[in-house]
Amino acid sequence: MPAMIGLFPTCLGDAVHPQVVRDAERVLRAAGVETAPIPRATCCGQPAWNSGFAADARRVARQTLRAMAGLDAIVVPSGSCTAMMRLHWRHLFHGDRDQALAERTSSRVFELSQYLVDEVGAEALGTPLGRTVTYHDSCHMLRELRLAEQPRKLLRAVADLRELPRGDRCCGFGGTFSVRYPDVATAMADDKLASAAASGAETVVSADPGCIMHVEGRAARIGADVRVVHLASILAEAL
Amino acid sequence: MTGFERRSAAALHDPVRLQNVRRFSERAHDNRTASVGSIDFEALRTEGARLRAEAVADLPALLDRFQRNLEQNGVVVHRAATGADAVAYITGVVLRHGTEVVKGKSMASEEIGLNERLQAAGVDVTETDLGEFIVQTAGEAPEHIIIPAIHKSRAAVRALLEPLAGEPIGDDPADLTAFARAHLRERFLRAPVGITGVNFGVAETGTLVLVENEGNGRMCSGLPRVHIAIMGMERLVATMADLATLLPLLIRSGTGQKITSYVSLVGGPRRGDEADGPEEVHLVILDNGRSRVRETAYRSVLHCIRCGACQNVCPVYRQVGGTAYGWVYGGPIGAVLTPLLHPQDGLDELGQASSLCAACDDVCPVRIPLHELLLGLRRDRAVTSAGWLERLAFRTWSTAWSRPWLYRLTTRAARHVNIRGQAPAMHVPLLKRWARTRDVRVKR
Repeated sequence: MPAMIGLFPTCLGDAVHPQVVRDAERVLRAAGVETAPIPRATCCGQPAWNSGFAADARRVARQTLRAMAGLDAIVVPSGSCTAMMRLHWRHLFHGDRDQALAERTSSRVFELSQYLVDEVGAEALGTPLGRTVTYHDSCHMLRELRLAEQPRKLLRAVADLRELPRGDRCCGFGGTFSVRYPDVATAMADDKLASAAASGAETVVSADPGCIMHVEGRAARIGADVRVVHLASILAEAL
Repeated sequence: MTGFERRSAAALHDPVRLQNVRRFSERAHDNRTASVGSIDFEALRTEGARLRAEAVADLPALLDRFQRNLEQNGVVVHRAATGADAVAYITGVVLRHGTEVVKGKSMASEEIGLNERLQAAGVDVTETDLGEFIVQTAGEAPEHIIIPAIHKSRAAVRALLEPLAGEPIGDDPADLTAFARAHLRERFLRAPVGITGVNFGVAETGTLVLVENEGNGRMCSGLPRVHIAIMGMERLVATMADLATLLPLLIRSGTGQKITSYVSLVGGPRRGDEADGPEEVHLVILDNGRSRVRETAYRSVLHCIRCGACQNVCPVYRQVGGTAYGWVYGGPIGAVLTPLLHPQDGLDELGQASSLCAACDDVCPVRIPLHELLLGLRRDRAVTSAGWLERLAFRTWSTAWSRPWLYRLTTRAARHVNIRGQAPAMHVPLLKRWARTRDVRVKR
């Protein structure tokens, strides 16, 4: 029986970046991985979990967790949502009737570049675009999942990758943080845009829709001359 | 607007301050990074974490041993349950000897508002750490655990010190420092009482350890007739061997040095055959909420050795500085410690004042899981003090998004909401908090 692999779009993918989800699907297909949508999945619960509302987080996450039952792997175009499902679900469902299912499912969740590089062994997808890019490490992907080399490997195959000065510094999104403390979050985005300008790259790539929405949204507001794109999109462009 | 929002807005609107906090915290972080590369720092962190966890777990017994050894060395020990208790004791000792005090850096003394209270009792207190001297002269509180005047430019320091000098000094740091040095020297020689903090107490020997770069701490503890030290009750290590692990952790994490210019081990008052040193040494061991915190799930916050590394790496602290956190400690450690030590001050929002980026976890020399603790504080707040509107919002959200059809409906609808400029999103609650400074570009 062929493996059942689900592509989890994430709520920001569904609401703001549906193109990214289609790009991820294309890239995975190019790597020989056929994915299926997960019809009854919604959100991983992170917005409420990170705000301290564990019961509300569990309520939403349970819907998604159960929708994922039976899948052999779940691929996610977001480091942050992956960290929520791989690492925090264990705590969220600790002592819960779905604890065993959560533990089983957690280890089957993979961030996109992690799946491509570590599971499939696809380190070079697509042909060089002749562009200069830089990579923004999202906090949860870097410091919770410790994924730094995987996206860079994929990027080097399609573009001239320059390191972003202080690329590991938070862009200020932080989920609800960005609307609780909008001025601080915006100052952080401005820091990130200044680093991007200093990198000399024309495109900032990230593997997290949250960071992209935030940095791109700020760049658009102040007219900064930079493109902010998802890793899946630049890989799809290079196919 | 919440308190943190208001205070951080004030900080963000001060470009000089913003530039200084960014520049100097970044430099301190880079110095740390450079210094930890040359040794197996990760192994040292693991060992430090273990030692701190053991010391805090064993704290009551360790404190007893510490006190016995101190008393044997001739140190008068006072255990203060509250800040008021500590202030009353210190004030009493000072007034028995005079009305002038020279003081070294101590965050514990900031916690209890010692300077203001001593001044109210008619005591003239002079901060002698250069950074502390600057913020005291400005009538401000320290902005950073180890770099109190991190937010001050040279020009600002000059403007503060020239009136004291009564003549132009210029803004060359060497000249400004030379003035402060001469100004403080008179006071060191005159004051009957010196007050210092304590970086570590060593239980097996009853030793007080002071770590600094200017020599003012050694002056405060060695020159006046009376030395009063104040120490947070958790700052204990069991043995001198443990100190040998924790000292480099503190110093490399704080300043990136291999060792500071001065590390003083205070063993007690002058003995009969000694030529100098204080005649009396007092140690105030401050609880001020620590015993209570020790009994909670947040015990590990007491492992902190106050190096400031989490402040230097924090992308939020970098924008707003220390005073935005509303009490004594800024940055991640402040966001955790403040709601725990001062739950009555309405500062429990501080758990939210973080993007949960976890950069602090990676630099903490004793591996305090700061972002896990921040998450814990958020869970506490959600069930205790979160407002009804916020509860309702999350309830509504979870009701909708636990139903696939409603999830589908709302996310599909959201795809039509591009934000370009402030209007019309400015009329929608919550959305306007995004739309004031940022667009949303839907990638359909």
